Amino acid sequence: MAANPAPALALEAVGKTFTMHLQGGLRLPVVHGVTVRVLPGECVVLGGPSGAGKSSLLKIAYGNYRCDEGHVLVREPDEIVDVATAEPRRIIRLRRTTIGYVSQFLRVIPRVPALDVVIQAAVEQGFVPDDAATRARTLLARLNVPERLWTLPPATFSGGEQQRVNIARGFVADHPILLLDEPTASLDARNRAAVVDLIREKKDRGVAILGIFHDEDVRDRVADRIVDVTRFASAA
Amino acid sequence: MTQDLPLLSVRRLGKSYGARTGCRDVSFDIHAGEVLAVVGESGSGKSTLLNVLSTQLAPTTGEIHYRMRDGVMRDVFALSDAERRFLLRTDWGFVHQDPAQGLRMTVSAGANVGERLMAVGQRHYGHIRHTAVDWLGRVEIDAGRIDDAPRSFSGGMRQRLQIARNLVTHPRLVFMDEPTGGLDVSVQARLLDLLRGLVADLGLSVVIVTHDLAVARLLSHRIMVMRHGTVIETGLTDQVLDDPREPYTQLLVSSVLQV
Ligand SMILES: Nc1ncnc2c1ncn2[C@@H]1O[C@H](COP(=O)(O)OP(=O)(O)O)[C@@H](O)[C@H]1O
Ligand SMILES: [Mg+2]
Repeated sequence: MAANPAPALALEAVGKTFTMHLQGGLRLPVVHGVTVRVLPGECVVLGGPSGAGKSSLLKIAYGNYRCDEGHVLVREPDEIVDVATAEPRRIIRLRRTTIGYVSQFLRVIPRVPALDVVIQAAVEQGFVPDDAATRARTLLARLNVPERLWTLPPATFSGGEQQRVNIARGFVADHPILLLDEPTASLDARNRAAVVDLIREKKDRGVAILGIFHDEDVRDRVADRIVDVTRFASAA
Repeated sequence: MTQDLPLLSVRRLGKSYGARTGCRDVSFDIHAGEVLAVVGESGSGKSTLLNVLSTQLAPTTGEIHYRMRDGVMRDVFALSDAERRFLLRTDWGFVHQDPAQGLRMTVSAGANVGERLMAVGQRHYGHIRHTAVDWLGRVEIDAGRIDDAPRSFSGGMRQRLQIARNLVTHPRLVFMDEPTGGLDVSVQARLLDLLRGLVADLGLSVVIVTHDLAVARLLSHRIMVMRHGTVIETGLTDQVLDDPREPYTQLLVSSVLQV
């Protein structure tokens, strides 16, 4: 590795405060001055108790929450994009080419079968439909999603089944950056192990991962560093 | 080059009805393949805006420029009649909430689709019918219904027929006014799924007016929130819905169960 490798993803002095207008303009400061840099092939884990702001930081990195202070720098082959200020269509392109995200819960789209949910994610990144389908099938199988479920929309699946479809969707493409919000939370030991393997393979291929893992065993097996988010708690 | 030019560019657009404001100071760009949802409660100026954008109403102030197929940005209110006709009949589509407004209810489904083709000069009957059958299939209407008038169709089928009638000329920009409005929930889901697929496959640019945030979430890339005729918040769809900034947007988002 080079002496000073450039981060794939860098949160620089990020701060977030929610203002709840329906509660009389109540201000809810969450974090302030968060600087976290993730190198290619590295897995950085956000730690800290529930409510510390871990999920909010992942959402800010994905452009899902606004970045009130600071910058979110994403490296692409020929430019660095600041998610904090990028145009919506630039963020959409980043999500297609560069940043994958596994949310805590699958947001189901009515009528779309599980297999198609995963295939679509690969097609969006530019895989031809045949390759996308092969990748999707391989992943669903590795995550032990029973084949009889593949043609059904995930709306009726159990929490664990939905989450595995969600993971397959996040991992099916070749995004150089992955954001993982408790991907193993509702999984049994066998499926946790499958996810650990998938994460390690991504790391071996140089993917930069910023994640949240409550399961200590999983965390120990994937994390290079743990950043305690309480360090950045806003003085309320 | 033209890839970086917007398809539609709107600046400081306003429309008043005498002393009453329809919409005021609206500015935005739409690029090829972008879907913009305009949300807000009824009376907030959404439909006025859509009618001005589609040149059915003249604006009181402001400008609209459109990138014609030759790549040149043109003021849509300064086009020749022929150019304007080309936009309305070919390069643009307009999907009304009430299909009866966008369809001819007394002629056959096939003629409803074929008519837009004839308007752009197609004369070969076999070809027109073949295209109509193809489009009925794409909107999941049985080819056996091609000679039936939409009067005999269900609400969902009528809406799908209206969509086929609009898309048959391969428009680049489609305006939609509450396209899932009067439909049952299950019919809505099917229509949304169909629209999502068509918009992605055809790379359409769309301005869709809806008061249903779930529709905006599913179909759009960007959202513009309107209130009292002005745009109060705009941004990436999931950002505006998950982290709304303005009091009114927070109220809208909190008023629905889960989007
Ligand atoms: N969209 C939102 N609007 C208002 N407050 C929010 C929103 N999302 C998160 N919060 C608040 O921000 C704080 C941090 O939450 P979160 O990022 O989910 O923490 P963690 O993931 O560490 O449990 C909590 O107080 C939470 O209620
Ligand atoms: Mg969390």
